[in-house]
Amino acid sequence: MADASAMARGHKVTRVVSPTISVSQRMRDIWLSRELLIYLVRTEIKVKYKNSVLGLVWSMIAPAMTLAIYFIVFQVVLGNRQPNFVIFLFAGLLIWNLFQLGVQTGTGVIVNNAGIVKKVSFPREILALAAVGSACVFFFFQTCVMVIFLVVLHNSPDWTYLPVLVLALLTAVALAGGLAVLLSAVNVYLRDTQHLIEVILTAWFWACPIVYAFQSNIGKRLSPSHLLWVYFLNPVTPLVLTFQRCIYAHVSPVGQVKQPDGKYLTAKYFVLPNWGHLRYVELDLGVLAIAIALFLVALAVFGRLEGNFAEEL
Amino acid sequence: MPDIAVEVKDVSKRFRLAHGRYNSIKERVIHGGRAPTEDFWALKDVALQVHEGETVGILGRNGSGKSTLLKCICGVLQPTSGEVVVRGKLAGLLELGAGFQQDLTGRENIYLNGSLLGMSKKEVDRVFDAIVDFSELEAFIDGAVKFYSSGMYVRLGFAVAVNVDPDILVIDEVLAVGDERFQRKCIDRVKAFQKEGRTILLVTHSPDQVRAICDRAIVLSHGNVVSEALPGEAVRIFREGLLEEGGALVVPPEEQPEAQPISVMLGPDVEHPVRITYAAHTYPRFGEVAYLSTGDSMTIGVGYHASIATDDVVFSLELRDIDGNCFMRTDTDILGERFDLPVGPGLVNFIIDDIPLMDGTFSYSVGILSKGGVLFDWKEPGGAFDVMSPGKATGFITLPVRAVLAPPERDSIALMAPEELAHLEAQA
Repeated sequence: MADASAMARGHKVTRVVSPTISVSQRMRDIWLSRELLIYLVRTEIKVKYKNSVLGLVWSMIAPAMTLAIYFIVFQVVLGNRQPNFVIFLFAGLLIWNLFQLGVQTGTGVIVNNAGIVKKVSFPREILALAAVGSACVFFFFQTCVMVIFLVVLHNSPDWTYLPVLVLALLTAVALAGGLAVLLSAVNVYLRDTQHLIEVILTAWFWACPIVYAFQSNIGKRLSPSHLLWVYFLNPVTPLVLTFQRCIYAHVSPVGQVKQPDGKYLTAKYFVLPNWGHLRYVELDLGVLAIAIALFLVALAVFGRLEGNFAEEL
Repeated sequence: MPDIAVEVKDVSKRFRLAHGRYNSIKERVIHGGRAPTEDFWALKDVALQVHEGETVGILGRNGSGKSTLLKCICGVLQPTSGEVVVRGKLAGLLELGAGFQQDLTGRENIYLNGSLLGMSKKEVDRVFDAIVDFSELEAFIDGAVKFYSSGMYVRLGFAVAVNVDPDILVIDEVLAVGDERFQRKCIDRVKAFQKEGRTILLVTHSPDQVRAICDRAIVLSHGNVVSEALPGEAVRIFREGLLEEGGALVVPPEEQPEAQPISVMLGPDVEHPVRITYAAHTYPRFGEVAYLSTGDSMTIGVGYHASIATDDVVFSLELRDIDGNCFMRTDTDILGERFDLPVGPGLVNFIIDDIPLMDGTFSYSVGILSKGGVLFDWKEPGGAFDVMSPGKATGFITLPVRAVLAPPERDSIALMAPEELAHLEAQA
């Protein structure tokens, strides 16, 4: 109402600074600052690789190295002969890296940008969202590397799962965004948060079926005792599984298993659960609902805490 | 009545002064989650309205809540209670160059800073050249800002901020940046904003700036609005407030002639044998009105303290306009006066019988020198005074002028404009 009458008087935007700004107003402010979001993402990426010779290539080298290490440990040292294990790993890491990078950098973002936060007025949530945004850009670069791997290793994705993958991607962005907004505000008051989240994320990584196959290690063991739901309390699990189902595309491939006497036997690997599309969509939508709820809560909490940012920093 | 551009509704802001901060979980747990705090109200139920096109100055001592109020208006801080309604696009110059990324070039920073201040890329594209032009950084615009000097840095910051095309401009003591020429440029820009009918809120330490630019001024003290008045009146209240709280202030000589606190060394000081203890002025209706009228007499007094008896002393006086241009300088040597000062305090008065000045705010500086020109002490500005002209003539100075109608006689024309004479003869 106030907006409309002000508009009529001369196209002037009315802004209210008060201790309570509604969540819907916050959403609107964020939307109005979307161009700033793009600039911040661009800045962050530019600054990160400004004076390095290889520049953006580093964003591809780093995950490739992680991949190489896991490959050596699991396939060479531990003798895992799961077919195209690299692709399997990469599919999980791809979505995990997006989530992890977004949450990790997002948590410290208000504290690290104290200079702007104290002196310039703009929706500060944008900073946390920009951290997730730049994680998305790195996701894109890694996807490019991934495509090369897929072609070289002749691993054809299951294209029918592509829409589900997009859903999972959006869900991951929403989830990381909500967490980043929430934690960035909390971190202003409790600086331990950024150290704590580092530890938690490491544990979280191993709670996701990224380096180990879900079906043979988790599904088979927990299903009989009806405890599988405990594993699915981790909202990232369905997203990782979706990515693996689409990109890796082998549900239970045939490979070789190392026997105690050192010889290999042909055997079936149970990698992914034997679900249809619908089950994946259901799970991802469930997580998306949680992510949206979290995002709204995060905005509300952020609003409560924002008032004293300038004096706490 | 124009629309209200900024409305501050009973805004209060509380700061918690922590006695030791507990920012880690360990500390919070040990202290039961609460740090010992003391409430400090930086603003208490501040209400004020700024109309569109108005320029309002905010005066106050350090810690009076000026900056907190501006931050609340800009939305950098949220008030503890109350609200601020801002109508129109607001650009806050709380700190120039806040948000510049050290590693990016000037060009990239203009775009980043512009979007931080709420501009779209298209809008920045449109004013980009104006920004570069204003900042005078054409040669450096593609260099990283970390290689900029601090002067270049703030110039770029100011250039971006004033080109945001805001309806409301909020300035926090940033007009004191750069060299004198750039300062002038900034003030000119602010004045241009005024002419365009934009709203300006200005926090400053300089009462002269308030007089020069503002339509109205607000005096804050301890988080309360003490006064809301015309600039001259507000400056007076501000200065009186300073006096009550023991700050430095120009005191009229009649009121406290001899009881000046003498802050100089009482023993002999060979390098500065005579020091200024105060400078003050008075005029016939000093206590009644805040200004003197054209033609009034005026006395400017220089209180001094001599630590050794000397006659090698010259008192000097400079009068300046609002921009600090000195338009008159004289001293007791030029005036043919010789003073033989005994040890102790004293007062030298400069008396101007007939002030030829017209409307404006003027300031004076006083100094004490040796006859050889060695400066003993200097006070700038010694004080400031307002003059109001009762007449209709404009300008800042009045000279005795008569007008007569003269017949076109050859002789007088030949004297004043020889080339005109040839023209007349050709006609004849």
